[in-house]
Amino acid sequence: MNVIDEPFVSSSLRGDGLAVQPPLLDVASLSLEFRTRSGVVHALEDVSFAVARGETVGIVGESGSGKSVMCYALMGILDAAGRITAGRATFGGFDLVGAKEDDLAQIRGREMAMIFQNPRTALNPIRRVGLQIEDVLLRHTATTRAQARARAIECLRQVRIPDPERRHAAYPFELSGGQCQRVMIALALACNPQLLIADEPTTGLDVTTQAAVMDLVQALARERQMATILITHDLGLAAEYCDRIVVMHAGHVVEVAPTAELVRAPRHPYTAKLIAATPHGAASLRALSSIRGNLPDLRRGDLPRCRFSERCDRATAACTAPLPVNEAGIGHLVRCHHPL
Amino acid sequence: MNALLEIDRLRKLFPVGPRPVGKARPQALLHAVDDVSFAIAPGESVGLVGESGCGKSTLVRLVTRLLDASSGAIRFDGRDIGAEPAARFAGSDARAAIQMVFQDPTDSLNPRYTAFDTIAEPLARLARMTDRAAVRARVEEVAAQCGLPLELLPRFPHQLSGGQKARVGIARAISIRPRLLILDEPTAALDVSVQAVILHLLADLREQLGMSYLFVSHDLNVVRLLCDRVIVMYLGKVVESGPVQAVFDRPLHPYTRALMGAIPSMEKGGTKVRLDGEPRSPIDPDPAVCRFYGRCPQSGGRCNTEMPALTEHAMGHAVACHHPSTP
Repeated sequence: MNVIDEPFVSSSLRGDGLAVQPPLLDVASLSLEFRTRSGVVHALEDVSFAVARGETVGIVGESGSGKSVMCYALMGILDAAGRITAGRATFGGFDLVGAKEDDLAQIRGREMAMIFQNPRTALNPIRRVGLQIEDVLLRHTATTRAQARARAIECLRQVRIPDPERRHAAYPFELSGGQCQRVMIALALACNPQLLIADEPTTGLDVTTQAAVMDLVQALARERQMATILITHDLGLAAEYCDRIVVMHAGHVVEVAPTAELVRAPRHPYTAKLIAATPHGAASLRALSSIRGNLPDLRRGDLPRCRFSERCDRATAACTAPLPVNEAGIGHLVRCHHPL
Repeated sequence: MNALLEIDRLRKLFPVGPRPVGKARPQALLHAVDDVSFAIAPGESVGLVGESGCGKSTLVRLVTRLLDASSGAIRFDGRDIGAEPAARFAGSDARAAIQMVFQDPTDSLNPRYTAFDTIAEPLARLARMTDRAAVRARVEEVAAQCGLPLELLPRFPHQLSGGQKARVGIARAISIRPRLLILDEPTAALDVSVQAVILHLLADLREQLGMSYLFVSHDLNVVRLLCDRVIVMYLGKVVESGPVQAVFDRPLHPYTRALMGAIPSMEKGGTKVRLDGEPRSPIDPDPAVCRFYGRCPQSGGRCNTEMPALTEHAMGHAVACHHPSTP
């Protein structure tokens, strides 16, 4: 199953100065599948990447590329049908894959926290938002109700919710979408986690609100030296806020690079296509190109070695060989037989 | 100018809160669309942008005559369609000429209709086509125009991908040859790769069929690529309008500048105009205060004593602000 000898990312970390200390999160050759009635879905295959302390890493790809599934797997909140078949993931030396649920529950919410896509559905609709923050505090820290309340109000203040004493008693429906997302952030950051996973935190928000929410996440992450994983399908957003970007396609990591380099000189054909399809830079509609075809059906038994090869202009017979890990620069890795 | 659609001082006020007893105090009113005027020429593509809650959707529902306006006129092809109650408009022939593509292709398709049924429905209802062979021929023609393979026509929405569903939504809207197509964030639910394909399709269809577009979006980049003119709304008011190039190159209103600054730029860092706080309440707003007052980085002077009017600054480029940035 695992065709690569060398784990994908550890080599990248040796070159770019981050290797001074071991990465906070290290995912190596992770494979994951779902057993469904219509067959086995090979959702992730041989995925490797790392996140250093205090670093912001973007994970970019189309829907169905496995971005969210990977983070659910890391958080241990995968659907029962999902199973990690190979690889490992460590968080500050702690093995996330083999961990017992009780141990994981200690880390989740305290050391690693997650912001979900739709704040309205992720928050409990019939519990006051302040109490939801207190629940997290009471679960993970030894505090009294009164202390938790004071701390919850402080959390709401930190995410710049006006009048936090009053908002503490608000229900999610009484808040705007942007404010709900701020509550989600307050909830995630209540215990000062070392790693924040933000799964499309601004989908469904206005551009102005999106900018405010992202600025806030960035500022809080810097203040606390917190590592952040930003999952998004918007390459423009990732480029603006992330130090490094991991590009995923159909359950594979196809390219990892420092942001500026990835945007300026993408090496994987898929990354290049993704950039060309993003309306941010296009001068006119003619300049906006689309990506041929769709993601392959991940239930197929005959999935090609390179899952992009069927959509790729550069594909040749050589693409059926096991995927190489090409080092295209310092900390820049590309898994392609014919990189640009 | 012979406009296809002309909106004149359109208003929509929704009563909110408890109905007052007696005449103690007037009913509280939410000003969703407040004194909005604009026109769309035949074949023109106009973008409508603004944050959620700014009245875009209400305006669209007024134009499509799903809602009755509180005051003002809607003229379509010279005829005042605003006067007709929404319930009666459903049977009017102007209904067929104004069609809409909805935001989420999954939610806006009937899950129990096949793609064929969905596209055929307006032909039967609005074009009153009864000949089954003719309906089939037209559905297949439209599907081909929208790049929908014919073998997908017997499928139900859950058997189609997001891009294919978007194509069905577009095919349904254009099957009865509308003259004005209203697109409510047609690409918001799609991946970038699919979004590019759908944008190309929309541009091609407009060229082939000569339709006018009213394109509602909060993605300014998409508007820039697809539209000739753009209208920026804030809390029920038009704050800036003009040719896309002019508005994007020289935004005059501070709100438009903030909106532009909020677009992720593929570049890290940089100084940007950021908006603080939330918009003012749209319920019974003070008619003498600029709606953007308090959130605006440039407020001062007359901003809280006089509502700025929409005035033209350059060729077709109008702004409602006391302190527009100098072009």
